[in-house]
Amino acid sequence: MSDTALRPARFRYGAVLPGWIGLAVVVFWLAVALLAPIIAPHPAGAILRVGTLAPASAAAPFGTDFLGRDMLSRVIYGARYTVGLSLLAAICASAIGSVLGILAAVRGGWTDGVLSRTSDALISLPHLMFALVIVAALGSSLPVLVGLVAFSYIPGAFRIARSLAANVNAMDFIQVARARGEGTPYIVLHEILPNILLPVLTDFGLRFVFSVLLLSGLSFLGLGVQPPNADLGALVRENIEGIYDAAPAVIVPAIAIATLTIAVNLAIDGLLGRSRLTD
Amino acid sequence: MGAQVEVAGLCIAARRASGAEADIVHDVSFSAAAGEVVALIGESGSGKTTTALALLGYARPGCRIRAGRIHVGGTDVRALRPADMPGFRGRRVSYIAQSAAAAFNPAHTLMQQVTEGAIIRGLSPRAAHIKAVGLFHSLALPDPDRIGRRYPHQVSGGQLQRVMAAMALMTDPELVVLDEPTTALDVTTQVEVLRAFRAAVRERGATAVYVSHDLAVVAQMADQIVVLRGGRVQEIGATARILSAPENPYTQSLLDAAPSIHTPPTAAKPPKPAPPVLEADALAASYGGPVGVPVLREIGLRLLPGAVLGVIGESGSGKSTLARVLTGLLPAHGGTVRLSGTVLPPAAADRTADQLRQMQIVFQMADTALNPAHSVGRLLARPLTFYHRMGGAARERRVAELLDMVRLPANLATRRPAELSGGQKQRVNLARALAADPALLICDEVTSALDTVVAAAVLDLLAELRRELGLAMVFISHDLATVRSIADDVMIMYAGRAVQYGSRAALARGPIHPYADLLAASVPELRTGWLDGLPPATEGTSPGAARVVANESCAFFDRCPVRLPGLCDTTPTPTQTLSTGATIRCTQPEAELLRLGSAITSAKATSAQPVT
Ligand SMILES: Nc1ncnc2c1ncn2[C@@H]1O[C@H](COP(=O)(O)OP(=O)(O)OP(=O)(O)O)[C@@H](O)[C@H]1O
Ligand code: SF4
Ligand SMILES: [Mg+2]
Repeated sequence: MSDTALRPARFRYGAVLPGWIGLAVVVFWLAVALLAPIIAPHPAGAILRVGTLAPASAAAPFGTDFLGRDMLSRVIYGARYTVGLSLLAAICASAIGSVLGILAAVRGGWTDGVLSRTSDALISLPHLMFALVIVAALGSSLPVLVGLVAFSYIPGAFRIARSLAANVNAMDFIQVARARGEGTPYIVLHEILPNILLPVLTDFGLRFVFSVLLLSGLSFLGLGVQPPNADLGALVRENIEGIYDAAPAVIVPAIAIATLTIAVNLAIDGLLGRSRLTD
Repeated sequence: MGAQVEVAGLCIAARRASGAEADIVHDVSFSAAAGEVVALIGESGSGKTTTALALLGYARPGCRIRAGRIHVGGTDVRALRPADMPGFRGRRVSYIAQSAAAAFNPAHTLMQQVTEGAIIRGLSPRAAHIKAVGLFHSLALPDPDRIGRRYPHQVSGGQLQRVMAAMALMTDPELVVLDEPTTALDVTTQVEVLRAFRAAVRERGATAVYVSHDLAVVAQMADQIVVLRGGRVQEIGATARILSAPENPYTQSLLDAAPSIHTPPTAAKPPKPAPPVLEADALAASYGGPVGVPVLREIGLRLLPGAVLGVIGESGSGKSTLARVLTGLLPAHGGTVRLSGTVLPPAAADRTADQLRQMQIVFQMADTALNPAHSVGRLLARPLTFYHRMGGAARERRVAELLDMVRLPANLATRRPAELSGGQKQRVNLARALAADPALLICDEVTSALDTVVAAAVLDLLAELRRELGLAMVFISHDLATVRSIADDVMIMYAGRAVQYGSRAALARGPIHPYADLLAASVPELRTGWLDGLPPATEGTSPGAARVVANESCAFFDRCPVRLPGLCDTTPTPTQTLSTGATIRCTQPEAELLRLGSAITSAKATSAQPVT
């Protein structure tokens, strides 16, 4: 549709380099998460003989934690939890939210009414409060955490997908498919999804960032991943007393969270064009 | 003040699939003084739109302005930095596209989209609103004070095109580039819109570049004509000179190909007597349920196998709605549709796959009717799988056959719709309908967005398919000449009703409904000054502004030159069957209609001889 391209430029070509840098960092963290057992110098629970909350040294490049465990290995395993759980949660949230969103746009009527009202109600719940209540009721386990985070972000993904799909749904080719007698699943998956895939992927990246932050927040409050295992958020909490000595044990996991989330943002902004979402 | 446009030695290169670059516009030069209207004319693929877009500093993806000078009002367009582009494009030049649908966001109201640009540029929302309503008035939109509250899908195709024009004129640009802005309009609307465009351009002292394939339309608008073919300028000259004494053989051939209402219709063999494929009776439909605005009322029709019913009417008369009701996309809330004798459920969802297969719809805008994410092969394969459970090599063979049937090369199957020209898209659109093996095609303005030459080819193709496959068709169009060249029977719609229904011969012989008369008189003629010679529209009325009638009286009353005040506007209008077999919904008796009609048509016939 060349005509649309004539409207004020919405794509920023200048932002491509930071995008590539972001992507490189994201790939780095994915590799760390995937290869943790191979690249970590020590098992996550092993105690080194350099003391607790020690500063950086040759034996422990990131120092040691409050029990004297190697911080480098702890961060590598922590990244595995953070990335793994957040990814799983974001995939669930985006997949479920998008399918429901497209469904609402295609079916309209009461399907749309029920789904949209429910999503409006859910979206107004504060995520952290909601999470506190659920963890208090069900206890903290990995499936509960993933389910919780995914559930928190389904309404957001739903909204985006619904508005994108509503645009496509107004096109004549949807009418053609209806006139042909196609069922809803075909229209959702084959006629609409391919046309909104890019912005949906962009949104997925954002959901991932939110998931990382929510999960880290929960762990920081002690409600997330439970000891002796730890994700990046839990690592910050465990070693919080080191903050007075500026021990690397508390700073390194915080930096890890920051680089991961900022990198995803950069990659989305630069490479996928986040502006498409704001249409 | 006004921009002076100057283009010199413009070359635009496009990258082919093979990766090699080739020029699609070769060394084009022309210029326009401030306030002048220059027309770029040529057939599909001649590079009209590409050249026009270059004036905005824009090249389509895959294309590149390779050489040449483009100056607009002293600004060197090629030297503009990307940062200056939005200001230049929105403020100083604006563009009115061929297919308005693609330029609108379906999620916002028309008013939001029309005023958006002006508000960004510092106009207050209130002032922008008032200005927009003013433009709606001057562009002859129905219900101009409130139409802005609607969404793009809630107005007809022609209405959307006019809203698009309003959007472009909001910022009082120096240069307006109009790309076939009236191609999708019916003749009576076109006349009004041309008037409005011309007035707008003259008032503001704006310069306009008008892209069109329709010489008759261009003759009304342009001071100067640039004839393009294959990306090269064939001839440049003042409008009157080009029309009266073309120097180039190609220009001559364009003049000859221009459709005239007096072209003898192509002879079609009379359909054999057989049970009708399609019958509709007392159809009624409205948007927003039975209590909503009625859009169709008491429509009946009958179609024999292999026959063509032409449906004609102005923008907003309910032609597309009729197509949607027949196919079940908009369930009728009254009346019946019968397919080969079986009553069809009103909603498509309740019809059987076989019933759906037999009736296929081809949409007005191939642009939005083909899923941009699917390849041509996939688009054509789907109905084969869906209706005929075809797969593998058999399906591939059939796809190739279908492409061949619509005269497209088989290697097109791997392309996406965006990589096709308008004419090619419409052929793919047609091929997809044929893939179902239908008994009946419903064609909604399939040729309206195409230029004369391509449209003629598509019409020939339709006639051929009809002969070879025995297809029956409901052919919807706003163009009288097109309908008369293809249809056996003609239905004329006005404000949701059939005001005349009968054979083509009956229409040709008369008497005809006063509205049909107006339609015939509104077809632009190939001479300058035709528009100025027309009687001005009746005060306070505009096309599409059909009277809202509470009782069953005539909706055409306000515009009717032969109305009977006190009768037509107060009593229910009778439907009479004429001696020619046609039915007409009008209060005037047959003899009177014949007399009144012939006066108008004969006056028309003498003036309609192309001036050479
Ligand atoms: N979804 C909708 N909701 C409300 N009104 C609608 C909707 N779609 C169309 N209309 C109105 O119904 C009337 C008939 O529209 P329709 O699209 O059938 O016209 P048309 O004869 O095909 O016109 P055109 O030649 O411009 O395509 C118009 O007044 C239009 O504004
Ligand atoms: S009924 Fe009267 S107003 Fe209507 S078309 Fe006939 S003569 Fe004209
Ligand atoms: Mg229409």
